[in-house]
Amino acid sequence: MKTEELIINPQGKTEEYFINMGPQHPATHGVLRLLLTLDGEIVRKVDADLGYIHRSIEKMTEFDTYRQIVHLTDRMDYLSAHMNNEAVCLAVEKGLQIEVSDRVKVIRTIMTELTRLSSHQLWWGVIGMDTGALTTFMYAFRDREMINDIFEETCGARLTMNYFVPGGLMWDIHPNFQKRVKDFIKHFKTKLPEYDTLLSDNVIFRKRTEGIGILSKEDAISFGVTGPGARASGVRCDLRKKHPYSAYDRVEFKEILGTKGDTFERYRVRILEMWESMHIIEQLIDNIPEGEILEKTKAVIKLPKGEFYQRVETARGEFGANIISDGKKSPYRMKFRSPGFSNLSVIDHLAKGWKVADLVAIMATFDFVIPDIDR
Amino acid sequence: MSYFGDIGKGIKTLLSGMKVTGKYFLNARKEIITQQYPENRDTLEMFERFRGEVVMPHDENNEHRCTGCQACEIACPNGSIEIVWDRKVDEETGKKKKYIVNHIYHLSMCTMCNLCIVACPTDAIKMAKKFENAVFDRTALTKVLNKPGSKLMDGVEE
Amino acid sequence: MYDFTGLIQGINKWLHSILPAVAADVVGWILIAAAFLGLFAILGLVLVLAERKIAAFFQLRLGPNRIGPWGIFQTVADAIKLLLKEPVGTNRADSFLYNLAPYFVIIAALMSMSVLPFAKGLHAYDIDIGVFFVIAMSSLGVMGILLGGWASNNKYALLGAMRSGAQMISYELSVGLSILTIVLLSGSLRMSDIVASQSDYWFIFKGHIPAWIAFMIFIIAGTAETNRTPFDLTEAESELGAGFHTEYSGLKFAFFFLSEFVNMFIIAAMGAILFFGGWMPLHIGGWDGFNHVMDFIPPIFWFFGKVSFLIFLIMWFRWTFPRLRIDQLLTLEWKYLLPMNLANILLMAFIVLMGWHL
Repeated sequence: MKTEELIINPQGKTEEYFINMGPQHPATHGVLRLLLTLDGEIVRKVDADLGYIHRSIEKMTEFDTYRQIVHLTDRMDYLSAHMNNEAVCLAVEKGLQIEVSDRVKVIRTIMTELTRLSSHQLWWGVIGMDTGALTTFMYAFRDREMINDIFEETCGARLTMNYFVPGGLMWDIHPNFQKRVKDFIKHFKTKLPEYDTLLSDNVIFRKRTEGIGILSKEDAISFGVTGPGARASGVRCDLRKKHPYSAYDRVEFKEILGTKGDTFERYRVRILEMWESMHIIEQLIDNIPEGEILEKTKAVIKLPKGEFYQRVETARGEFGANIISDGKKSPYRMKFRSPGFSNLSVIDHLAKGWKVADLVAIMATFDFVIPDIDR
Repeated sequence: MSYFGDIGKGIKTLLSGMKVTGKYFLNARKEIITQQYPENRDTLEMFERFRGEVVMPHDENNEHRCTGCQACEIACPNGSIEIVWDRKVDEETGKKKKYIVNHIYHLSMCTMCNLCIVACPTDAIKMAKKFENAVFDRTALTKVLNKPGSKLMDGVEE
Repeated sequence: MYDFTGLIQGINKWLHSILPAVAADVVGWILIAAAFLGLFAILGLVLVLAERKIAAFFQLRLGPNRIGPWGIFQTVADAIKLLLKEPVGTNRADSFLYNLAPYFVIIAALMSMSVLPFAKGLHAYDIDIGVFFVIAMSSLGVMGILLGGWASNNKYALLGAMRSGAQMISYELSVGLSILTIVLLSGSLRMSDIVASQSDYWFIFKGHIPAWIAFMIFIIAGTAETNRTPFDLTEAESELGAGFHTEYSGLKFAFFFLSEFVNMFIIAAMGAILFFGGWMPLHIGGWDGFNHVMDFIPPIFWFFGKVSFLIFLIMWFRWTFPRLRIDQLLTLEWKYLLPMNLANILLMAFIVLMGWHL
């Protein structure tokens, strides 16, 4: 290039180049492959290449009974395992036209809120790592460990719980459950302000996140973004408020809404959601009503012909389970609407024009779980 | 003036962050959260509902409760359980009765979903707390749950 | 333990008495070089272990605890592993530059170490531009990083190396200017003079507020010079995988890795020498009794104590702060540190001119 050209066009004409981010990359949190087109440090285009952990769960459901399908959903968004289970259970219950007891509803709500807390804790630890503060990860895991213990004691597993079954729960809660949950809430209320001191208020973190990757309300709706990512842009999309399921209609909580829609707003929404989750659990934990744990169902569940859809709010957004039944013991077709897939589509739009480091921060605030995207 | 104000505020937030980590550093001995795994084997106790592997309890007479009804085999989502069964004539009643030859359990395929335990009408199988399932040879993960020479407990009916 | 002058001169005399003059000098140089190489290796091993242990305590873990009591031989085992490892590289790399790069980094680090006074009389090369020499050498080190990133023929490495270039050029200024603030006080660039002139008060007390500001700028810029969090953009494992040393493995990676830690030692040692009196014990003018008590602690302990404190501080930063973005890194330097530094120098010059320092 001649010197005059550089003077006329001070930005110069630089060569764009491709770079493969993933499938083995620390910031993609799994086997997500992003094809970046970069101009120096600046991101020009993000192409997501999916399918590295595709296990065809939707196809597998066509050969499984409805009870067996539930345990597959554990393995999709493994950080929101209970919510995924709940979506399938509620859809099946819709088809069977059974109503679970109040006890089941309340326990399900407590469990899903605990899952939301544990998912957000892990996300907080990881966003610290993605922005370079490695210590947050261990602090988050310290608190998450308590929730995992609660799950292990009641459900028998720490990650893939398979605790909700169509018609109720696999077992009743463990006698220690209420005490442990209360201990955890007490502990976490002292630790959550520390999260703010360590990361939210930190000037470097603020500079890294404020005003970065702004998602407007209109874009959030048109890209189908749900969950905290959309609520940070001011979209009222909390299904717990809009279409209450389980016991959400009997608890009082705020739908956290942001205005700016930038990376920090998405961060803030998640932190505040942790407070709300604790608030919900506190309302329910002492008032678990008595009732049947498992409604009577046939040994092999057969849904009537038709289509049954149920959506729930996971830690990442709207998760939907759609069953098309032809009256047999397995669904004719089952489709899952996973929040991560829609949220991923907005990355290209958000990261354009920002730097590689910003792309990592933006990705971290959407909290992708790759098996959820690929299924 | 906001230039200097920003510097001051920034330094303050950095120092308060350092205070948090510094506090943990000073109390590091008390606050350690990691477990020293092979050392704490003796004291490590899993929760009673922990799902480690499927086992079939036998009593002191080498009797189990499995009638061979295959409910667990049907309930299993990934074919981890195979039951080899046969019929033999009951001496008292003279009827043919089902019994298990081998209750084969493929630990390598099991996802610990607990559906077989729930499905079992006679509580013949249960989840054990053992979690150290690593072996050097894959064939060791295929187990026969009923002990050799064991038979059905009296009074257990399908 | 208090004064090494006699010991060093004794060795020198003994060498000269048994060997011809030239041979004695050569043997002396070899001894010194061997001592520095030994120190280099020990520092690398000790600092890596210290980093891992300190990080573990910040993170509520125990850290390495399998090899040896409290895991003290962990880094030795790691070093052996790295030595025995097959050197894996890319075949499209510019092999000459690719192989040269680690040596640049390590030689620059070793040469900077040669002018540091460790204790009274324990000083390899008391050059009269000692401080300047360290700055010059630390600028050479960045060449290795740039070469390594460029020659590996890897886009991640290239990104890391280019970031490193921008970062180093900027933060050299801050390190240089904050050192200059202290040179105004000492009036000399010779390390031994700088230490000797702090025998009544350390410079950080002598220079009042400007010295404190200079120290803060020095420690920030020094952290940036050593490429550590919050300025570890060259490695930035969450963005670039491993940055400039993505394609290095085995011994060559170990060179990069060790030199990072030795550079941290050098920055901490420079901080100790310039602001905290080097090996000089804590002296307060006029308090003779107190000064005598302090003199009982050997200077070498004072030196390494101060250095460890500063290293701990730098590690503390690493295990608390998130990483900056490249443009914010440059903003911090050019909009905040540099103007503050220049104003600070003026202030210090005024104080020195008026004779207000202690």
